[in-house]
Amino acid sequence: MIPELGHFALALAIAFALAQAVIPLWGAHRGDVRLMQAAPALALGQALALSVSFGCLIYASVMDDFTVLNVAENSHTLKPLLYKITGAWGSHEGSILFWCLILGLCGAAVALFSAPLPASLRARVLGVLALSAFGFELFTLIESNPFARIWPAPDNGRDMNPLLQDPGLAFHPPILYSGYVGMAIPFAFAIAALLEGRIDAAWGRWVRPWTLAAWCCLTGGIALGSWWSYYVLGWGGFWFWDPVENASLLPWLTATALLHSAIVVEKREALKIWTVLLAIGAFAFSLSGTFLVRSGILNSVHSFANDPARGVFILGLLGLLIGGSLLLFAIRAPLLGASGVFAAVSREGALVMNNILLCSITAVVLTGTMYPLFADLLLSQKISVGPPFYNATVLPLAAPVFVAMAVGPLMSWKRTALMPALLKLWWVALIAAIVGIVATFGMNALPALFMAAAAWMILGAFADIIERIRLFRIPLASSLSRLVSLPLQAFGTTLGHAGLGVTVAGIAGMSMAVQEVVLVKPGATVHLAGYDWTLQELHDAAGPNYNARVATIAVRRDGRLITTLAPERRAFTTQTMTTTEAKIHTNLTRDLYAVLGEERDGAAVLRLHDNTMAPLIWLGALVMAAGGACSLADRRLRVAAPKRAAKSDALLAGRT
Amino acid sequence: MNRRLLLAAPFGVALLGGGAFYAMLRGLQTGSFDPRGVPSQLIGKPLPEFQLPGFSRADVLARKRPVIINFFASWCVPCVDEAPTLMALHQRGVPIWGIAYKDKPAATQGFLARHGNPFTNLASDEPGLVAIDWGVTGVPETYLIDAQGIVQWRFVGPLPDAAVDGLSKLVAS
Repeated sequence: MIPELGHFALALAIAFALAQAVIPLWGAHRGDVRLMQAAPALALGQALALSVSFGCLIYASVMDDFTVLNVAENSHTLKPLLYKITGAWGSHEGSILFWCLILGLCGAAVALFSAPLPASLRARVLGVLALSAFGFELFTLIESNPFARIWPAPDNGRDMNPLLQDPGLAFHPPILYSGYVGMAIPFAFAIAALLEGRIDAAWGRWVRPWTLAAWCCLTGGIALGSWWSYYVLGWGGFWFWDPVENASLLPWLTATALLHSAIVVEKREALKIWTVLLAIGAFAFSLSGTFLVRSGILNSVHSFANDPARGVFILGLLGLLIGGSLLLFAIRAPLLGASGVFAAVSREGALVMNNILLCSITAVVLTGTMYPLFADLLLSQKISVGPPFYNATVLPLAAPVFVAMAVGPLMSWKRTALMPALLKLWWVALIAAIVGIVATFGMNALPALFMAAAAWMILGAFADIIERIRLFRIPLASSLSRLVSLPLQAFGTTLGHAGLGVTVAGIAGMSMAVQEVVLVKPGATVHLAGYDWTLQELHDAAGPNYNARVATIAVRRDGRLITTLAPERRAFTTQTMTTTEAKIHTNLTRDLYAVLGEERDGAAVLRLHDNTMAPLIWLGALVMAAGGACSLADRRLRVAAPKRAAKSDALLAGRT
Repeated sequence: MNRRLLLAAPFGVALLGGGAFYAMLRGLQTGSFDPRGVPSQLIGKPLPEFQLPGFSRADVLARKRPVIINFFASWCVPCVDEAPTLMALHQRGVPIWGIAYKDKPAATQGFLARHGNPFTNLASDEPGLVAIDWGVTGVPETYLIDAQGIVQWRFVGPLPDAAVDGLSKLVAS
């Protein structure tokens, strides 16, 4: 009964979405205020219906209702409760419904927070959001219904892929999806602006917080996924340039570019057409990434049951959404007004440079991801593009980004000279050079260079704040009072830029990581990286739905016990699959990492890593996301911006 | 005009990309595009020499007509999935020659009795040595040999239903 309710709620959501797409767009076209005002209520109704629908799926999963095909295929009575809940978005069908739910919630959020928007813009934004939601909900209902029944019901389910039964991965999809789907909002704003035929500073001010929120989620989601592959897959690596990782990196790069170009629209009313294209591009990359993974075209660890027939439906949907919006762009973009002018050397110029570089990186990653597919299709050649390609192409493009990142925020709008900005950074350059030189004692030249770049980025990020509070040039007390009154957005920029620096430091530091694979008997000790690793004993342990073999490893330094690691090898009974559970001891500057392998004649294979600075990689991403959140919390952005926009619009109107 | 062309460029790129992805999806369905596949070294080369209880290379060449050769085994679950597809091909008059891989003859006969026998000729590669010569990566695996005895096409895994039309046209003509 409950699954039927969920099924019905899904159908209801589609009806809401259709109404929300047609009525406000038609109203905005006709200039009928009553029709336009229907949009927010419909958006809330759609979100509510989707919440009920997804709630029913979770209920079916938690209650072990194996008459529901999706539950029977992905769950098991012995599966822990947490994974019964998170399993609802772990399967193909469930994840698409979850995708729709987040899109619905985005619509509701826009409906709730957009009251100060001009009526027609608000109606169009909500209409475009509903249009894309309608497509995906239709796909869920027709091609991948999570509520489909199976009869006779099996005695028990097939259980979920053991690799996915992990707390890190339980929360990776919701965060990543919020990032992907959140890009729908800037997209909807872009399409609405094209329909309106008008973009102004207020538009830029409205788009930025939504982009920022989605960007934060995307950053967090990518970092969580990378962390998961680091400790679950047990290879000790954190980024493999896997096509699916690239598929999440592409929208992130585009969204980062969009964040920066929207500033130019907001402050200077320039780069309008480009910003609209980026907004469309970020969403297009989010969608096509999902499509490529789900249709089975891209190989990946994210193996959903691949079904080309479903792929054709999604491709059609994407064709309509992306193709339609780009066609609209081709027709309407030339109408968008001329831009404000600025000199090449200026804040705008620096932001343009940021965009050019980020888009070049996007193009390179896109080429690397797609080339093997196209080579296979057109030339029938099997090629794989791996890390050497990306290292050779992305690093040279990333280096100027790193250098420019510290300089850009110190430049002023419209026109400026480069030299004063550079002079303000003399101490940053000095410290970065020292860091680089010191680093060469521990690592190779290239990582040492990136270590220097990291120091440059982190300190450079704070240089902006130090400049603004005129530290050491005016009395400390007045500096502090300046610091308190600084807008949160300034700290957001600083944290965002410094976070990337921290991540880069982590990646560079990983070049010093050492690892060893050893075959040892209990009682034996291995010396690695200045630590003594003693395998104390091996024993069996039973988990809820698996049997584990656990090794106890004591790690000592100079005879002092640092930590005891207990890596496991788990044999899952239902899925007949073995996973390795790496154990990590971290002190935020280095990870001691142990994996238990096969055993032979009483001896066990152990893989031991000492990963220097590895935690900084994810810590940096966290700092970046925190920077975004900080910027988002800025009162000016939340409250004053729309009011100020309205006021300046009124002023402009009064002047003309 | 140039500006308009520039602004239409993203649409053009999306159109091309969409077309290519459609071609890939079609290819996935018919078996002509397989991003996971490892290409066979035999494609475009003559069939390697082999002599099995059942038939030999000479028997294949003596036909002077295209033929499909299918490696299968009674112990292989995907082969059960594939059986209806092979039967459909068989009913369209497509000659399929089967090679039972690492399988006991009695077990092979039982498999064919249960799931139908689509094979015009049946050979047994119990030691699995011929499969090594061919570079077979697993069962089921299907090869298309042309009238001159050249290997034209290979498919790893159960043949998709969508491949039936194409194959019967190719082999029947």
